[in-house]
Amino acid sequence: MNAAVAETDHHDHGPAPGLMRWVTTTNHKDIGTLYLWFALIMFFIGGAMALVIRSELFQPGLQIVDPQFFNSMTTMHALVMIFGVVMPAFVGLANWMLPMMVGAPDMALPRMNNWSFWILPFGFGMMLATLFMPGGAPASGWTLYPPLSLQGGMAFPFLIFSIHLLGISSIMGAINIVATIQNLRAPGMTFMKMPLFVWTWFITAYLLVAVMPVLAGAVTMLLTDKFFGTAFFTAGGGGDPVMYQHIFWFFGHPEVYILILPSFGVVSEIIPTFARKRLFGYSSMVYATASIAFLSFIVWAHHMFTVGMPLSGALFFMFATMLIAIPTGVKVFNWVATMWRGAMTFETPMLFAIGFVVMFSIGGFSGVMLALAPVDFQYHDTYFVVAHFHYVLVPGSIFAIMAAVYYWLPKWTGNMYDEKWGKIHFWVSTIFVNLLFFPMHFVGLAGMPRRIPDYAVQFADFNAIATIGAFGFGFAQLIFVYVVFKCLRGGEKATDQVWEGAHGLEWTLSSPPPYHTFTDQPIIK
Amino acid sequence: MASTADNHYFVPHGAYWPLVGSIGLATTTGGLAVYLNGTSAGMTIMFAGVAILIVMMFGWFGTVIKESERGQYSAWEDKSFRLGMSWFIFSEVMFFAAFFGALFYARFFSVPWLLGEGSGASTHSVLWGTYSEIWPTNGPADMGGSDFHMGWWPLPFINTVILLTSGLTVTIAHHAVIKNNRTRFIWGLAATVALGFFFVYLQAVEYQHAYHEGMTMKSGIYGSTFFMLTGFHGFHVTMGAIILLVVLIRAIAGHFTPDRHFAFEAAAWYWHFVDVVWLGLFIFVYIL
Repeated sequence: MNAAVAETDHHDHGPAPGLMRWVTTTNHKDIGTLYLWFALIMFFIGGAMALVIRSELFQPGLQIVDPQFFNSMTTMHALVMIFGVVMPAFVGLANWMLPMMVGAPDMALPRMNNWSFWILPFGFGMMLATLFMPGGAPASGWTLYPPLSLQGGMAFPFLIFSIHLLGISSIMGAINIVATIQNLRAPGMTFMKMPLFVWTWFITAYLLVAVMPVLAGAVTMLLTDKFFGTAFFTAGGGGDPVMYQHIFWFFGHPEVYILILPSFGVVSEIIPTFARKRLFGYSSMVYATASIAFLSFIVWAHHMFTVGMPLSGALFFMFATMLIAIPTGVKVFNWVATMWRGAMTFETPMLFAIGFVVMFSIGGFSGVMLALAPVDFQYHDTYFVVAHFHYVLVPGSIFAIMAAVYYWLPKWTGNMYDEKWGKIHFWVSTIFVNLLFFPMHFVGLAGMPRRIPDYAVQFADFNAIATIGAFGFGFAQLIFVYVVFKCLRGGEKATDQVWEGAHGLEWTLSSPPPYHTFTDQPIIK
Repeated sequence: MASTADNHYFVPHGAYWPLVGSIGLATTTGGLAVYLNGTSAGMTIMFAGVAILIVMMFGWFGTVIKESERGQYSAWEDKSFRLGMSWFIFSEVMFFAAFFGALFYARFFSVPWLLGEGSGASTHSVLWGTYSEIWPTNGPADMGGSDFHMGWWPLPFINTVILLTSGLTVTIAHHAVIKNNRTRFIWGLAATVALGFFFVYLQAVEYQHAYHEGMTMKSGIYGSTFFMLTGFHGFHVTMGAIILLVVLIRAIAGHFTPDRHFAFEAAAWYWHFVDVVWLGLFIFVYIL
């Protein structure tokens, strides 16, 4: 036993010296940092792809890239942004904050935590390498519908395996998060005392464990259909290409909530802090999140109304989808009620959080429109859909991630970030993001199809505006990088509590917190 | 607050094995992708990757076993392992759910639609007018030539008996380790491992029979669902048997006590999971 005691004792030391610290680390803060940097780098790679798309669409006609490459860009932009930016960024935030929020010494399975991260660079190395392969990168759209997706060049098997690797990474990351929340909460930290960011991640992690394997199964069937002669998606063999869409969207719809639920958690942390009030309706927030997660499993076919399904199916999926507006509405009303008569101040995290509430709601409303099967026949595969999901993902998820970074950056670094430039970042981003996505509603309703490099001339003005918005939004993110680096290099020292209205265990730690926190768990009363 | 063994969580550090594992995974899948693209050297790369993964597992699990035997894990770490394993098995269930979903979709929707049911009337009359098979079927294009029906008698039935018996033997081993009856523990495990590998052997015999009859993975939706479901299940049985074999070797080496035998329990849970999946297969693939 003496050897064991000696072995555990040196864990109170700081990080290992040198670069190997980042390769071998099992520390939740180090791994969180790795995830966040990875997401930031991928954000610019995915963003560059978006700018290629918007450049081509600046004017009608084909001028910059050939259509095949354009299709590759839409496909890779989506895959990079979903699996390389939003998911890793939220896992990074979870890694940093969850143990500190529940009073845990670290994540429950620290070595596996390291592996979850270190699979990502390999997975994305493989995926991005397809850009340079004969036949070009995958160009079927990120949904990989057969038979189109089976017609790619050499990229195809690399794409499938990279998705397998990313799936393994997310499943392990999610298992770690669930195990941490279930097992490592400090004494007295009951489930209904957990901060909402913890709650939303708890539910998100459950969704991840449930649906990532389904995606793995779906893409495995694509692989065997292409290389081993199976007939899952071939009508001639008794299969059905539409079957792929059902399996894919059984993964895909919970997946989009995986991208948004942690944002709800972030916003539910930030708004009470800057409204200097307790969150309105804490338990209803928890139940609403759980309801959204449950509903996400029974609405998948609303992505496929135009594909064709029995009338009863269309009705079921339409009504089930509309139901989601109820728990989501509960959330939005709770955020507004939290701000109601609060002593509000508008620091950068709060600006991003309020921006989230407003603009996410725009995306939510267009979502209700898309849920209606009869009108979806008009909207399907138009720019209206693009506008809808970009409103919930960019001023939705991405704004929530930005809000979270500004909110916790002083805690992580010990320095306050530059408030003036943070606010400039918010306002420039908000103006350009609306310039970018709002006109897409109009061209979409007028019938402009998505994933096509050319368009009818009557859409030219709105597309030119959107492209200007895209470049403005893209370059505005350099302000973010500037603020982050400036904050890392120094600045006004942050207090432990950082924000006057902040409550929770993470604010009882010093800023920056020691390398190992809560090795002895606090007792929550 | 002074730390005691109870509230001090074991946080290991300095782990190289995850990086080795990532390199192994990338080499394995990258090699296979190269091979599928028509370069035979890819197979060699893939096996190199598998070798790296095996080294990783020896190293990583070896470290964990050493830590466990040194007594560095208390009940608290043990619970994390249990939760991790349970959620991993849940993810495996969902993986199989995708393939069961494909089977049900084919049987309830795509094949009846090809036969003209529901809104499939014109699909049937215009495209596949002569198609009349219900199940098993290799589709209207008669893909792969044969859709020889794999009946539930005799091999699958024997295999069901084998797996159910192995579920019993692993439970006997579990009760034995709790009562510290090491002989019975080791024999129960050994019987389970033997039954597991015997199951895989019989499955191979059955595959041979199927291929002999011309029923292959290329035999339309029936061949696809049959071989992917039973194939992934067989792979999981093989993995489970290897895991139990490692546990058996550890048991012979004197590991595990009546209160602390998580590795054995995890292997047993996994074994019950493949058992349950098989029951699903037996009913939905073979009998119905």
